[in-house]
Amino acid sequence: MSVTFLGMPADRPFPRNAARALRDSQLRFNLRKATRTIRARRASVVAEAPDWAELREAGRTIKEHTLRNLDRYLVQLEEAVTAAGGHVHWAADAAEANGIVAALVKATGETEVVKVKSMATQEIGLNEALLEHGITAYETDLAELIVQLGDDRPSHILVPAIHRNRAEIREIFAEHMSGWGRPAPEDLTDDPAELAEAARLHLRERFLKTKVAISGANFAIAETGTMVVLESEGNGRMCLTLPRTLISVVGIEKVLPTWRDLEVFLQLLPRSSTGERMNPYTSSWTGAAEGQEFHLVLLDNGRTGVLADEVGRQALRCIRCSACLNVCPVYERAGGHAYGSVYPGPIGAILTPQLRGMGSELDRSLPYASSLCGACYEVCPVAIDIPSVLLDLRARARHPWPERAGMAAAGWVFERSGRLARLQRAGGRLRRLVPRRLPGPLGGWTDTRDLPEVPEESFRAWWDRTDGGRR
Amino acid sequence: MSSRDLILARVRRALAGVPDVEITRAYRGPSRTPGEIRLFEERVRDYRAVVHLVDEAGVAERVALSLAGRGARRVVVPAGFPARWLAAADAEAVADDPPLSAADLDAVDGVLTTCAVAIAETGTIVLDAGPGQGRRALTLVPDHHLCVVRADQVVAGVPDAVDRLAPARPLTWISGPSATSDIELNRVEGVHGPRTLEVLIVA
Amino acid sequence: MRVALFVTCVNDTLFPDTGRAVVRLLRRLGVEADFPRAQTCCGQMHANTGYRDEAVRLARRSVAALRGYDAVVVPSGSCAAMIREQYPKLAGSSGPFADAVAQVVPKTYELTEFLVDVLGVTDVGAYFPHRVTYHPTCHSLRGIHLGDRPLTLLRQVKGLELVPLPGAEECCGFGGTFALKNADVSAAMCADKVRAVLDTGAEVLCAADNSCLMHIGGMLGRQKSGVRVTHLAEILCSTETAGAR
Repeated sequence: MSVTFLGMPADRPFPRNAARALRDSQLRFNLRKATRTIRARRASVVAEAPDWAELREAGRTIKEHTLRNLDRYLVQLEEAVTAAGGHVHWAADAAEANGIVAALVKATGETEVVKVKSMATQEIGLNEALLEHGITAYETDLAELIVQLGDDRPSHILVPAIHRNRAEIREIFAEHMSGWGRPAPEDLTDDPAELAEAARLHLRERFLKTKVAISGANFAIAETGTMVVLESEGNGRMCLTLPRTLISVVGIEKVLPTWRDLEVFLQLLPRSSTGERMNPYTSSWTGAAEGQEFHLVLLDNGRTGVLADEVGRQALRCIRCSACLNVCPVYERAGGHAYGSVYPGPIGAILTPQLRGMGSELDRSLPYASSLCGACYEVCPVAIDIPSVLLDLRARARHPWPERAGMAAAGWVFERSGRLARLQRAGGRLRRLVPRRLPGPLGGWTDTRDLPEVPEESFRAWWDRTDGGRR
Repeated sequence: MSSRDLILARVRRALAGVPDVEITRAYRGPSRTPGEIRLFEERVRDYRAVVHLVDEAGVAERVALSLAGRGARRVVVPAGFPARWLAAADAEAVADDPPLSAADLDAVDGVLTTCAVAIAETGTIVLDAGPGQGRRALTLVPDHHLCVVRADQVVAGVPDAVDRLAPARPLTWISGPSATSDIELNRVEGVHGPRTLEVLIVA
Repeated sequence: MRVALFVTCVNDTLFPDTGRAVVRLLRRLGVEADFPRAQTCCGQMHANTGYRDEAVRLARRSVAALRGYDAVVVPSGSCAAMIREQYPKLAGSSGPFADAVAQVVPKTYELTEFLVDVLGVTDVGAYFPHRVTYHPTCHSLRGIHLGDRPLTLLRQVKGLELVPLPGAEECCGFGGTFALKNADVSAAMCADKVRAVLDTGAEVLCAADNSCLMHIGGMLGRQKSGVRVTHLAEILCSTETAGAR
């Protein structure tokens, strides 16, 4: 079987990618500022919802129930969309999805499409695939535009350009907008309002004239065939309503059983994601709305493999809110690019190795890109127990031999308390010989931290000598 | 084997012997009590939308003032928008019949609509293309959207709104003016949608 | 009540003062804890690094050593979390191992839980005339939900000036073998924690877990910061007549 493609090359292991990112002071500053801002916002709107725990439990159980009846709900969704005048296509992998979309665009005779920010199309590398067919895809979300103009890679699920600050964005706009359409104003400053205005002007004409749009969807309702897209800027509405043809590429795990289920997710998602009570715009449509031609491409691309895993399956509950990224101390410091996937952060650390397998050094290193601090699980609106999935993946990973040897030795010592006691006595006698800097992988500790002093007498030896302090 | 059959077969194989999970709904469902107008007003304002609280008799005057204040000369008015609310306005009411092109919509000064339902807790208005609301593009392309909300349309929370709305209709949930948080996660109002959202609450 | 002390391998080997402090503190409160000699390590390092078979072997050993007691006291939030959260998953749903785990898990208490919930004590009669800040540690905070038990105990200590730690809930970057496998990110996290500790002006940083303290303390020491780290038990054990040791 071919390796599932996730929009980015998987080359160097996470720690090496992270080490490079850690030296980038601008990146560190941008990420720290941005993640802290959004953490506080999320915390305040979540605290405001008196039934947050109950909503979270409903979110978890609705998603889990759906996954466990996925075949039934997918067929129901297909029927409902078709009955409402839409067309449903099924794509087993990225190549097939790209082929379907390219053929649909070609059938319209158009060579330009506008895109709403979508993780699924990033995951399958749709823009690059369309380009091979002579079709140019224009990203319209502000952050995606920044990434596209800067020939960059996304580093966050919700805010793909989170690694860029306003000054860098100004530079990208000033330099590259002209190559893609209307140039940036001559006197563009780094005021966020001015930057947003420049994006508005740059994209306005494109929205008004483009005939084909490509989107993803946050939710697809099986019962009614309704698609739901949440956004902020209005670029989504532009793409969903103005073009004559709309193609939505949607992961099979996005289905929800009933219309009513939205009452849960329209509360969970905005508060977890942008930290707002509600995002500025949510659009929903059923089949061919207002005379539009509508195509739904249902995407597997490794998801059914994840579904088969008893522990890892829960990763498919993810609603792509990014709360786990924003709260993760590792993400905050390493940045999104270090994860080598369009899915960075804690959710990426469990999703990427499951979708792509653990064949590469990078993918084997991802389950270890966590201190297991548990902050991700705590904020997850659908209660994905990310630390447990990480542990499960670690247990399946191939380990380097020096580590295996070390772990086996430790296991041997701990197997008998007498062995541990002998080791402790030896340590007590040789305590003065412990070097200040340790060799090999252990040097990672002593590069920046002192070692604790080894005591002359272990607790165990003290207990024996004094009968637990009684003599 | 078609990809449809392949995917469905993979799903069924993955789920063989996997027990179902029961859905728990212990959260606040539809309250079916009216939403608090004051809360709605406060929450809409939080998004930096413009909010006015008027009585039925004052709507026409308020509409006229808002349009005049922006120097609006041509505004789109969808079919079914109550004519009495337009009576005092100087601006020309443009109908979407025959349907206006995107360029036409880009050239008008604003759009007046009603709504289907409004949510107090989140400060959201929802349009369902019903009378006085028109198709979705009408409230998207013009830079100014003035929406008249009747007090009896304001519900308490999101579950009430979902309960009242028909999924077969194209829906647009609007919470404040178009905004982005893509630059350093700071909220900036005004990107592609209307940069000014004005909500008239008729109490 | 038969009480077992599960001292943990880290405390046993590197921080015997903490173990001694727990024994003396409990004795002062009228509890004679037993030290089951067969205990070694709870298996957390193996489990968290992906060595499940070894972890299961160590978990079996631990529950065998600890079953039969009315309470097991653990002076480590993360080892208590290992027993309570991971043992049931490692043991599965049936069999003798699962039975033993089911016996031990509900009787396993982190030290401050045992003091506050079981003994019903918040003032342990301690005296510690120092400016102290408290780091809650991830597994104490989000694993076993210690809540404000440690702070409640610290507030009753005579002479102790408790200062809040900014960003207390953030991880220090230890994470067991994470500190070695992702040494750079770990050090970056620790640097921020150290800065927060120094900003408090405290002379002592305490926690309910020596492994996190070893990590933060290792960097505080390398920087010659003059701030020392101390397990909470050693503070609670200190009195006007006798220091922690």
